[in-house]
Formats: sequence, structure tokens, C-alpha cells
Amino acid sequence: MATKQILSPLPGTFYRKPAPDKPVYKSDGDKVATGEVIGLVEVMKSFNEVKADIAGKIVKFLVDNEDAVMAGQPLAEVEV
Amino acid sequence: MIKRLLIANRGEIAVRIIRAARELGIHTIQVYSAADADSLAVKLADEAVLIGPPQAAKSYLNVPAILDGAKRSNADAVHPGYGFLAESAGFAEAVTNAGLTFVGPSAEAIRLMGDKVAARKAALAAGVPCVPGSAGRIDEPATALAVAKSTGFPIMIKAAAGGGGRGIRIANDLEEFERLMPQASAEAQAAFGDGGLYLEKVIERARHIEVQILGDGKRVIHCFERECSLQRRRQKVWEEAPSPVLPDDIRQKLCASAVALAEAVHYCGAGTLEYLYDDQARDFYFIEMNTRIQVEHPVTEFITGIDLVREMIRVAGGEPLRMAQADVRRQGHAIEVRINAEDPARNFLPSPGTVSALRVPGGNGVRFDTLLYAGYTIPPFYDSLLGKLIVWDETREAALARLKGALADLEIVGVHTTKTLHQALASDAAVAAARFDTRWLERWLEQNGPRLAEAGPEQAREVAAK
Repeated sequence: MATKQILSPLPGTFYRKPAPDKPVYKSDGDKVATGEVIGLVEVMKSFNEVKADIAGKIVKFLVDNEDAVMAGQPLAEVEV
Repeated sequence: MIKRLLIANRGEIAVRIIRAARELGIHTIQVYSAADADSLAVKLADEAVLIGPPQAAKSYLNVPAILDGAKRSNADAVHPGYGFLAESAGFAEAVTNAGLTFVGPSAEAIRLMGDKVAARKAALAAGVPCVPGSAGRIDEPATALAVAKSTGFPIMIKAAAGGGGRGIRIANDLEEFERLMPQASAEAQAAFGDGGLYLEKVIERARHIEVQILGDGKRVIHCFERECSLQRRRQKVWEEAPSPVLPDDIRQKLCASAVALAEAVHYCGAGTLEYLYDDQARDFYFIEMNTRIQVEHPVTEFITGIDLVREMIRVAGGEPLRMAQADVRRQGHAIEVRINAEDPARNFLPSPGTVSALRVPGGNGVRFDTLLYAGYTIPPFYDSLLGKLIVWDETREAALARLKGALADLEIVGVHTTKTLHQALASDAAVAAARFDTRWLERWLEQNGPRLAEAGPEQAREVAAK
């Protein structure tokens, strides 16, 4: 079993939920498919979906909800 | 008199306020988030105070953190700029309660104008024409039906407690109205806990014209109008003063109506009353008041010679307005274009990053208000406005020519910007003829947007020629 990372495509603020009153897109331990949304990055007031570019099981998220992230920063670790 | 001014904002408007304040001999204190330590405003201010992490909710929107910054730096006044907390009555109140001067109108005036139904009522009471519709909120279906019949169609059904486009429905005829009305009420109840509605006729093909006013709590003057019809997603991208299409007799009535409404609420500071203008019927309708300085204020400064930010600081410090209405004269034509860190070829995708090199336009009648300097890294956390290029000349035609030259001189290396959009617009025949309405730019972008890709000036000119 190898682990890979999902990277943030943009710099900004990372959100794990579609809205403050909604559940998280994905939790640690969840399965994820290629193209599935795992979070949002808010950049300059516009919201951009972060889609998984790999399939597998999310070992853990490496950043918290509302954390500031850089482009290329690992967001989650995935067992593929 | 204000001696130590805290600037509770960031970006180009913070720089603008610092410059106005220091010309008045005021000590400037710039608040900043952890992402803004290298900002131009922090470099230019006399001192700076850290108020929190990058996210706006934890810094520039954080009232206790800002008030704490004001206390630590011994500020005696707070300028809110635009955006963030500029139109929060609660913030204005908190600043005043902390014993500080708020550079803006009273919390009551902000609250009144922030409430759409109350603002409409105040406007009607002051004799200001509003978009035809209900006088206030409507709770009874029978009343709604009667108003809709007398107003005509299409008509907008809006939630009294709504905002940001939520709870708005458009009915094209009576049948549709009867079907949509209960839905709108139920949705408003669910979304806002208030089923109250109000009705407004849809004004098709309207232009956006707004009047700049200055008040000292007793007296209000206007500084003529601006036209901001070129918009994308309700965001202005290009503004001018004066409006190229407003006849003089209508201009007088429009500006007088703005003064009447602002005087009715004892307005203090700089403010803007926004109107829709139907250039076929030559009718104008009040839509809302912005109780703050606006992004596009420099076009008014160019044609009147009045420094609006300086005047709002003076008035907040307790001075009466220094000019009478007859002293306010306009000359020539000014155009402002917003330079955003967005890629117009890729649906205006935000483009933060490092500006490796910068060449700024200049010369007679050219002004560039910006947050940029060479080597600056634009943080991703805030809006994409990098600067505003403003030109003035004797006529609109000459101003357009000057704008083209200034845009060619402007070079921002390292990020995508909306410069190419403005180059194409500045050469567009419809823009030159001022033949546009508030929805014109979105239609134009559907045709021309993709072709702004990686456009150099030559390509942008080609797009405009098509």
C-alpha cells in the first residue's frame, strides 16, 4: 500500500464543507474516487472545488477547515 | 480635530486614505493581517498594528481586534474605507462607544439606508422617484395583487428581509405572478424567518447612474454624477464622470433629489445614491444609498477638483463643509478602469502571485491608485482589485484616447490582469458611442471573452475591431 497526497491547486483558504451548516465533504477513513470533491479553496472571494486526482482511502486530512493554504500544499493523504 | 487616524481597511483604499490624512497633518495607523505585513499601506503609514490571521473574518471583519488595535496605538479616529465593515452600523456604534470618531455617517443613517424597505420609504417621503412598486412591505396577497396590476409587468418579487439576490422572483404576467407570489413568501419565511415581500417593476435596459454627495450633518451638497453601467456580475468594471448621456435638465433634477434624501437623514460624510436611468424615457429611479466612500470616487475628484477623502475626514473631525453648492463646478471628462488580478480569457479566474516588474503610467491627466509595488506578492485572501487607472481630459473622446495610451504604458508582470479587457473596451465602437446598459458587458463578454486570451495590445485591438 502506497500513500499519495492530494495537493491544493490554488493558494487561499481551505474549507472542508460546502457551507458552514453542512457536513464535511470527506472524513478521515472515507473512500474517495477520482474527480470527487474533497473541499473548497477560496481565492480572492471566489470558491473553487478541489477534486481528488487519485482514488483510494483518505488516511487523514493534513489541514484544518479554514486553514490558509499555498498552491501545491498537501491537503490530504490517500492510501492508493 | 482628528490627530491619530486608524485605517481599518487594506489595499489601494488604505493607501488613498493614508495620503489624504498625512496631507492634513494627521498621524496614520494602518491595521494589517498576518498576510499583509508587506503591504504598501503598511510601508506608507506612520505606524502599523497587527490585528489577526489572514482570513478577513478573523482580522478586517473582527470588530474587537480592530478596536483593540485602536486602543494599543492610541488612535482617536477610525476610517472604515469601503467593503469589510464600512457599512456595518454595529461597527460604527462600537467605534463611537469606544470614545473614537468614526469617519462616516451615524450608525442610525447606516442602519436606515441598509434596510431596503426603510430606505425606499425615506426616499419616497423626500420626493425621490423610486422604481415603481409597493410603498413598503406587503403581507397580504390581495394588496400584492392590486399593486402588481397598477405597476405593470414584468415585476420583481423581493423578500423584505432578503439580500444578495436571494428571494427574488420575476413575474412576466398576472398568471405567473399569482403562481409565484405564495412561493416567494414561503421561501422568504424559510430563508429569513420573515415572509414579508415587496414589489418592484423590472426596468429593462437601464443604465447605472449615481450621485456623489457630501454632508456635515446640517447641509448636503452634491458633486455631480458618475455612470457605472459597464458591470460584470453586478460588479462595476469601468466608471465615468459625468454620464455621457444625461441631459442637463435631468442632471439637475437627479442631483437635487440626492441632496433632498441625504438632507432628510441628516447625512454626515461622503455618500453615494445609486439610481437606474432609463435613457429612452429619461426617467431615473433611486435604488439604494452607499454610506461610505466608493471605489470609483476618483472620477468625481478629477472633474470637480474636490478631494473627497480629505473632505470626509475634515467633516468627521467636526468641521462644517467648506464649500457651497455653487462652488462645486465640473470640467471635462474622467474615466476609471479597474485593474483586477483576474484572467479575462479564463472567465476571470483569480490570479494572485508575485509582481516581478511594474511599469506605471503617468503624464497629464493620468492617475493610478494602486496597492502594487515591484516585487510585491499579492495575497489570495482578499478581493482582486490591484488598482484603478483614472484619466481626465477636456472631452470624453480625448479621455478615451488618453486611456488607451495609459493602458499601453501600464505593465504588470507576473500575474494576469484585466488590462486586456479594458484595452478592448477602450477601442470598442459601442463604448465610444456610450451605447450600453447594465447588461451590455456580459453580452459582449460572451462574444469576446475567450479571445482576450494571453492578449497583447495588438490582439486586444483586433478583438475590439470585430
